[in-house]
Amino acid sequence: MSGGTTKAIPVEYLFNRLLTFFLTVFIAASIIWLIPRLSPIDPAEAMLGRMAAGAGFVENADQILADLRTQFGLDEPLWKQYLAYLKSLAVFDFGVSVANFPTPVAQMLAAALPWTIGLMIVSVVIAFIIGNAAGAFMAWQETPKTWKVVIPAAMIFTSIPPILSGLLLMWLFSAQLGWFPLTGSYGLFVTPGWNWEFIYSVIEHGALPALSIVVVTFGFWALGMRGLMTTVQSEDYVQLAKAKGLRPRYILYRYMIRNAILPQVTAFALKIGLLVTGQILVERIFSYNGMGKLIYDAILNQDFAVIQGASYVVILMTAASVLLVDLLYPFIDPRIRHGGGR
Amino acid sequence: MRNPETILEVDDLRVYYATPQGDVKACDGVSFDLRSGEILGLVGESGSGKSTATGGVLRTIGSPGRIVSGTVTLDGEDILKYDDEKMRQTRWQKLSLIPQGAMNSLNPTMTISDQIADVIETHEGRQPADALRERIMTLFRRVGLPERIYSMYPHELSGGMKQRACIAMSIALDPLVIVADEATSALDVVVQRVVAQTMLKIKRELNVSFIMIGHDMGLMAQVVDRLAVMYSGQLLEIAAVRDMFARPAHPYSEILIESVPTLTERKPMKINEGITHDPRNPPSGCIFRLRCPHAMPVCSESRPDMVEVHPEQLVACHLWKKDENGSYVRQSV
Amino acid sequence: MTATANTAMSKAEEREARRRAKRLKRFDSPWMNPKLLWGAGILIGILLFGFFGRLLWDPELVFIGSAPLNLPPLGFENLRGDGGSTAHPLGTQSSGRDILALLIVGAPNTLFIGVIASLIGMAIGIVLGFSAGFIGGRTDDVIRVIADVMITIPPLMVLIVFQTSIGEIGIVMMGVLLSGFMWQSPTRLIRAQVLSMRESGYVRMARLSGASTFDIMFKEMLPNLVPYLFGSFIAIATTAIVTAVGLETLGLGPQRVPTLGRVIYEAIDSAALLRNMWWWWGIPTALLATMFIGLLLVNLGLDEVANPKLRKV
Repeated sequence: MSGGTTKAIPVEYLFNRLLTFFLTVFIAASIIWLIPRLSPIDPAEAMLGRMAAGAGFVENADQILADLRTQFGLDEPLWKQYLAYLKSLAVFDFGVSVANFPTPVAQMLAAALPWTIGLMIVSVVIAFIIGNAAGAFMAWQETPKTWKVVIPAAMIFTSIPPILSGLLLMWLFSAQLGWFPLTGSYGLFVTPGWNWEFIYSVIEHGALPALSIVVVTFGFWALGMRGLMTTVQSEDYVQLAKAKGLRPRYILYRYMIRNAILPQVTAFALKIGLLVTGQILVERIFSYNGMGKLIYDAILNQDFAVIQGASYVVILMTAASVLLVDLLYPFIDPRIRHGGGR
Repeated sequence: MRNPETILEVDDLRVYYATPQGDVKACDGVSFDLRSGEILGLVGESGSGKSTATGGVLRTIGSPGRIVSGTVTLDGEDILKYDDEKMRQTRWQKLSLIPQGAMNSLNPTMTISDQIADVIETHEGRQPADALRERIMTLFRRVGLPERIYSMYPHELSGGMKQRACIAMSIALDPLVIVADEATSALDVVVQRVVAQTMLKIKRELNVSFIMIGHDMGLMAQVVDRLAVMYSGQLLEIAAVRDMFARPAHPYSEILIESVPTLTERKPMKINEGITHDPRNPPSGCIFRLRCPHAMPVCSESRPDMVEVHPEQLVACHLWKKDENGSYVRQSV
Repeated sequence: MTATANTAMSKAEEREARRRAKRLKRFDSPWMNPKLLWGAGILIGILLFGFFGRLLWDPELVFIGSAPLNLPPLGFENLRGDGGSTAHPLGTQSSGRDILALLIVGAPNTLFIGVIASLIGMAIGIVLGFSAGFIGGRTDDVIRVIADVMITIPPLMVLIVFQTSIGEIGIVMMGVLLSGFMWQSPTRLIRAQVLSMRESGYVRMARLSGASTFDIMFKEMLPNLVPYLFGSFIAIATTAIVTAVGLETLGLGPQRVPTLGRVIYEAIDSAALLRNMWWWWGIPTALLATMFIGLLLVNLGLDEVANPKLRKV
């Protein structure tokens, strides 16, 4: 039994979470490094091939090939290449883009990342809130009957990939009705900055991508919440709360949702990766200026440094989000904050 | 037969549970009264309907169960006629509960004090923080809890402390009646005594009435004033605890009392079978006849009425017959 | 007795209770769950569509130039004012592939990728989950940490790297690659279930009666896990298909065989949205959506089989 006033996160918990974070990033980075080495394609030759395709003919091909190999460190032993790679990741050095030579990949990523993170915070958080509210109301005994029909009906789209809902919404609201701009993340004629015109334009452009994510993901949270609420509803402490004569709405918030939300937050951490990639695909069809467009363009251009860098950053972003959730979790679950068992 | 000091009167309470094969009569015509400042023990094996009966009193029966008929008169009013909002306001103010599983009865994400504060503020409106804190501390002292648990969460408390926190919570609004539902059965023997003594102390200090549900006759004998014996949803005998132990009137009470361990030995309950009939299809006549050592032909014909065979001792058994003087005597078989 | 008001009130309640009881009876076999049956019906329907489609329709029409270009479905007009033709009832796309043929060939391929990934993922998950839960100790620690770490890595990103550096892959290879990301959640689920079952009465009884570990695992515990395993299978098959479709809509994934995702990719790439060729992207999208609704219903149904509490809601 520990004292009731210690509010710090237990060291062991902190250590475990940080370890998981670094292990995730390390393993993912290693996989990304390893896969191209398994490929029969020589990156130097591939690059030369692209140069030849661009210029028509390349003089001193052998010389250039050797230079490229040295430049990329390809003639070093594998373990040295690996260490150099890890080191470059640590300082966010992903080399230069081939398609946008000589722009550093890091610079392109830095430009795209805020858009992706911004859209993600809006869409993912909204979906989480709406979904959990819907799930809670589905399970709550006092909910009006009509809602218990409406909510499940809205959930039929759950688990459809956001890219499909994105296509439908884009066709309906942009192409057919013209209510929203078709593509991009802000209008062509607005100047980025803290002016209302720009902010309005960003919201206008972001609405459909965000909506296409929310409509197909909120149901996942709603389903999970419904199940948890059903379990919590029969817990002794909820039964006692009713016997105490507390108001139903208060019981719903403080006794039921408050406890049912905890496993949902854990599930959220596990789901982030899929949500991020789902969003990246949506960004690609809306030509949103985020990672999705960057990755898609890089695939078209065979711009491998960008693909590798973007993949690493997306994985890093996912792992960081998981870490963030894990670090916030003790503040909503006193059993962890106060060193209890779980 | 309403006694001026009667605080709670239950009359012909019936609670049924719907199942695909038909209703289970978990509480089938139970009547008893509770007097001011007494502890009434409700005993019976598991499945006998003790918790269902008090669930009917507290109106906590949820689907698929339902209260079919009866009255529960608390402080002069039938609370079964209250609408939901009136009932909600009555809860805890007049009628509180010490739950069965204190282990899981406290909200794991709220501190103990918050869970006591919310019931106070729901029923009495917002309170000044200092006064509220002092009031909760007083409750803690009353049940023997240290002040340091004020800001603790349930998982930081031992089982006995949680149970005492539940007792502190139950007296937060000075109720008329407290239902203690197997409040001690999940605890070990030593803690059981402490918790039982805490309840006795509360009763003396606050003059509150208890309905105490349990299956441990030994513990009950030391705590309660009167005992009510239940079997398969029906009340078989009700009497002062001394009378019951001295001269049990119902064959089932006899069996239960024989099973009580003495100081020197702790024997298991003598009943080696539980309730043997299918609860959806109870036997005709007396509910206990299938296991009764004295069963007679008449027992399968009609359900015996509850009759007062000695002063303040009521029993439902065909063994008791009125003699020519109008008083009841037990037949020998 | 003053129970008249109560009895009157309880008449309606009694009817309600009887109705509820009847409903309970109808679900006496939990597998006869309407959601489960509907979902399975939809999925089987899609499979049958693929199977009989090949017999009744010409699968050769998926090839480039095998049909006129940009034809609308029957009863509609394209931007040039051409009407649909009975030879190509769902229309054609801009390189002369027949949409109906693409669906007939593509839909089973899409499902197939999910099934391969899910089967392999489940197999790995069962082995690792049982090992972790049953052996415990170091084995458990290692499996748990790896599963925890791998579950947060988004499969799409790794597969993009793989595809862009290795190149062309087939349907089976795609499923195998995906399975590398599908074993984590069944592993965790089975481990948790095994841990809780280990302490339950019947497994202890089996152990006391001298049953071998193998017997306990596969004769006592596995049957109880069946609804969970099915649920997990459908859940990861869904994830695998989502990821595969995502990869395909980026122009990666299997290139030689039609998949629904690839059809959509070509539609987006050829600006079918702006050319108002809704049948090109809309029909495969609708079919995929139907497939996901089927998977969702099966999953919900299995949830209710495994967790009877949910049935009441």
